[in-house]
Amino acid sequence: MINYIWVFMTIIGIIFAIFNGTMEEVNQAIFQGAQEAVTLCIGLISVLVFWLGIMNIAQASGLLDRLSAFFRPFIRILFPEVPEHHPALGYILSNMMANMFGLGNAATPLGIKAMEELQKLNKKKDTASRSMITFLAINTASLTIIPTTVLAIRMNYQSTSPAEIVFPTLLASFFSAIAAIVIDRWFYYRRTRRKR
Amino acid sequence: MTIISTLSLWFIPLLIGFILLYGTWKKVPTYESFVDGGKEGIKIAFSIIPFLVGMIVAISVFRASGALEFFLNFLRPFIEFFGVPAEVIPLAIIRPISGNAALGLTTDLISTYGPDSFIGRLASVMQGSTDTTLYVLTVYFGAVGIKKMGDALKIGLLADAVAIISSIIIVTFFFGSR
Repeated sequence: MINYIWVFMTIIGIIFAIFNGTMEEVNQAIFQGAQEAVTLCIGLISVLVFWLGIMNIAQASGLLDRLSAFFRPFIRILFPEVPEHHPALGYILSNMMANMFGLGNAATPLGIKAMEELQKLNKKKDTASRSMITFLAINTASLTIIPTTVLAIRMNYQSTSPAEIVFPTLLASFFSAIAAIVIDRWFYYRRTRRKR
Repeated sequence: MTIISTLSLWFIPLLIGFILLYGTWKKVPTYESFVDGGKEGIKIAFSIIPFLVGMIVAISVFRASGALEFFLNFLRPFIEFFGVPAEVIPLAIIRPISGNAALGLTTDLISTYGPDSFIGRLASVMQGSTDTTLYVLTVYFGAVGIKKMGDALKIGLLADAVAIISSIIIVTFFFGSR
């Protein structure tokens, strides 16, 4: 599916440029887009190195294991295919925590680490496993307690109450997280039924 | 508000301090462990580059050609029919595709209509309650070299739709319609 979306966006863009006379903008977009992507990755290096370093200490000291032990009953329901003492659970949990506190910078390295651990359990290395799909479904729902960026923008524009959107935001992302989990389960059962 | 902003300000330094103390207490070679973990970060950042370049170029072409705007105009009457203000529609559609573009739109809506207007609040909640699904999937699957995403994209987009719809309902419920 991602292949089709990717080709669709590019081809439709080029066709539009032909009729719209925006070929020059499209030309620019190709090279600026590529540059933006590389700049973004280079910018990621600093946070990736720092947080993966810190989290490696947390992993080695057993802190991540204790964290996952605490939330185990809950997380076991969501990821039935991950063995009980697998480090993936610790990373999944710390990624969720970081996301909840609006620490996107810290969340990405942890999420990538979780994906690497899940990949070790994955039987088909080029295809997303069930656990990966569940993990990313929850992740894209963006369960946030403190939406820091939005708060900053609201403060910037002199809101009389910048934080009034905190609870509504939490509620909306809670609903979408629940929806993501339900839809994920539904797709999973549809997939397995087809195989039988 | 002061409690929340103090909390988020203190959270990261305290967390780091706690991890370092706990590691020292458990006799972990903290500095060496940090460096080892950090090395992986460099590897990961480089391995994501081709995935992001491909995706961001496609999105940029789609936007720069005017195609995105065309589709937005095409969808507008349909969505307005459900009582959604037309002003937030571009944001709702761009949010899962491009994080930077969405942040730009949110800022623009808040500055134009005011942070305490219906549209300003709605834009805030939409921005905060969803994530850039396409970016998240590209980065996470890219980092471990997964090429077949399965149902992940469909699930992510459907969850975004739920977030957008519940944002509208919740904001209307909490603050009244405009």
